[in-house]
Amino acid sequence: MGSVSRAGQGVVLRGVEKRFGDVVALEPMDLEVRPGELMVLVGPSGCGKSTLLRLIAGLEESTSGEVWIGGRRVDEVEPGARDVAMVFQSYALYPHMTVARNLGFGLRMRGTPRAELEQRVAETAAALGLGELLERKPGQLSGGQRQRVALGRAMVRDPGVFLFDEPLSNLDAELRLRTRDEIAALHRRLGTTMIFVTHDQVEALSLGQRVAVMDRGRLQQVGTPAEVYRRPGNLFVAGFVGSPPINRIPLFRDDRGRLAGGPFVLAAPSSLSRATLAVRPEDLAVAGPGEADGDASGGSTRTGDFRATVLRVEALGSEQRVHLDGPGIAAWVARASPALRVASGDRVSVSVDWERSHLFGPDGRRQEGVPRPAEQGVSR
Amino acid sequence: MHVAPMADRAVAPRMARGLLLAGACLVMASPFLWMGLTSLMGQLEVFSGGSILPQAPRWSNYPEALTAQPFGRYFLNSLVFATAVAAGQVATSATAGYAFARLDFPGREGLFLLFLSTMMVPAVVVLIPRFLVIDALDWIDTYQGLISTELVSVWGIFLMRQYFRTVPRELEDAARVDGARHLRIFWSVALPLAKPAVATLALFAFVDAWKNLLWPLLVTRSMEMRVVEVGIAAFHSTYEINWPYQMAAGVTAVLPIALLFLFTQRYFVRGIQLEGIR
Repeated sequence: MGSVSRAGQGVVLRGVEKRFGDVVALEPMDLEVRPGELMVLVGPSGCGKSTLLRLIAGLEESTSGEVWIGGRRVDEVEPGARDVAMVFQSYALYPHMTVARNLGFGLRMRGTPRAELEQRVAETAAALGLGELLERKPGQLSGGQRQRVALGRAMVRDPGVFLFDEPLSNLDAELRLRTRDEIAALHRRLGTTMIFVTHDQVEALSLGQRVAVMDRGRLQQVGTPAEVYRRPGNLFVAGFVGSPPINRIPLFRDDRGRLAGGPFVLAAPSSLSRATLAVRPEDLAVAGPGEADGDASGGSTRTGDFRATVLRVEALGSEQRVHLDGPGIAAWVARASPALRVASGDRVSVSVDWERSHLFGPDGRRQEGVPRPAEQGVSR
Repeated sequence: MHVAPMADRAVAPRMARGLLLAGACLVMASPFLWMGLTSLMGQLEVFSGGSILPQAPRWSNYPEALTAQPFGRYFLNSLVFATAVAAGQVATSATAGYAFARLDFPGREGLFLLFLSTMMVPAVVVLIPRFLVIDALDWIDTYQGLISTELVSVWGIFLMRQYFRTVPRELEDAARVDGARHLRIFWSVALPLAKPAVATLALFAFVDAWKNLLWPLLVTRSMEMRVVEVGIAAFHSTYEINWPYQMAAGVTAVLPIALLFLFTQRYFVRGIQLEGIR
């Protein structure tokens, strides 16, 4: 197969819907994966991401809608004729066949001449470091080796689209990281379209050129990792993407038309009766007890937006996670530099980076514009 | 000194278990022992009511019994019958079992239940209808008459269906994405993985056919078409019973099956496990 592959195929879904009897697995959705793109479908288990991948592969039939691959409508096309290759979570290697036969099975099904088949199997095996294992059966391989064979079985066919169904979830942490890098490198080298399903949002953000976040059979947001992280389209995306998860607090309209909750009072867009304020842990700045005292005594530095008690500090080496406690902000977490000197029980002053914080309406949708405190020095 | 009582405690239950198993083994083996011993007796000795051990073993009973009728031909017929039935049942059970396990078609579960319900019908009940069909086809006393109605086994279909259901679906998905269709998936992926079930089914089918008396008795007439079991039964006629000859032929007929069992015991055990109880 060598290092150069033909260009990837674009994948377009138009109004694709999937029901199992009365159960809706996928609500009608549109999605476009550009030729050569690495798109990650991410969401909690049961959100429909694997069903969507199986629809693209042809392993499930959609209830309605259209699936296009490489400019060709494929709803009625058998999986083997769709120009896709798939890597499964369990690897799904044929246990009774040797590695060589596993790699060559798809080519044999296509009637590839024997000499060409053997050459392509040998090249793929060499590219993945499987040369020594060709005569072994899957049962004699380690988890990582099986993963490579599964990858090789997809690569050897030189497909227009690679589909990955949580291929890293059976690997240990170290191997998972390494394989993730290898898949990214493979994508750079081959330039083939790849659709990668995972429930791990870190994996999604680190691997995907674009990320499609799904929940309960619905596409929640499609965007670059930075867009999805920095401008989450709704409360679900804000909460699902990011670790530790985004801090949030419900706000209600008070008699002066402002949105209030916990220590916050915000100027409200007129239409909102209630909302949710969400702030990422790194967008909270914690000032140590000494600094806070200095601020309070009338120094020129900016005072914090609220005061809180430190519940617990996780020192992770490169950063600290400061767990805060206070009315309405129980379980909020702030990311702080390892240089910050705080301990459980300390009273600290916390500032919010309002430019980077988010406001979501009662329906969970993002409210455009930056949330602003209604008055300087919010209630303490 | 401290070890001895502990060892006693461990040995006692093991001895009890050993004795129990030896007793059960004796009960199971006694008909075969009796058959073996009787096969070496004289005609009169059998009825004398004396010792169960032969006075002077008559090994000549064997060649005499086996030449009293054309047993060579009978063995050949039994081999053809049992092999054809085993092969046929594997073919029909594997394909039907795969269809019931993996193909989606309307009425699949209902049809399967209908198949299963036929297991409740005693075999003797359908003996006459089967005979009438074979007679109508003018197949009495032919191989096709002997074999054809034995080629489908609902038990075999059930066994294979259960086994195919344990084959991970992702393997079939992978094969579909690789470009294989149902027949190819069946042949290249599912069937090779079902080898243990195929071996079990083939063995049970072979043994069942080998020891089948009633159907071959009913559907064959000539000496050329008789199988071993029918030949053995022929020593037992209205006016004459030759027990030693019958037992000698019986021992000879059981030997191939006993040998088969020795080499394939694990498949028998697996078959019993798969099925629950036979």
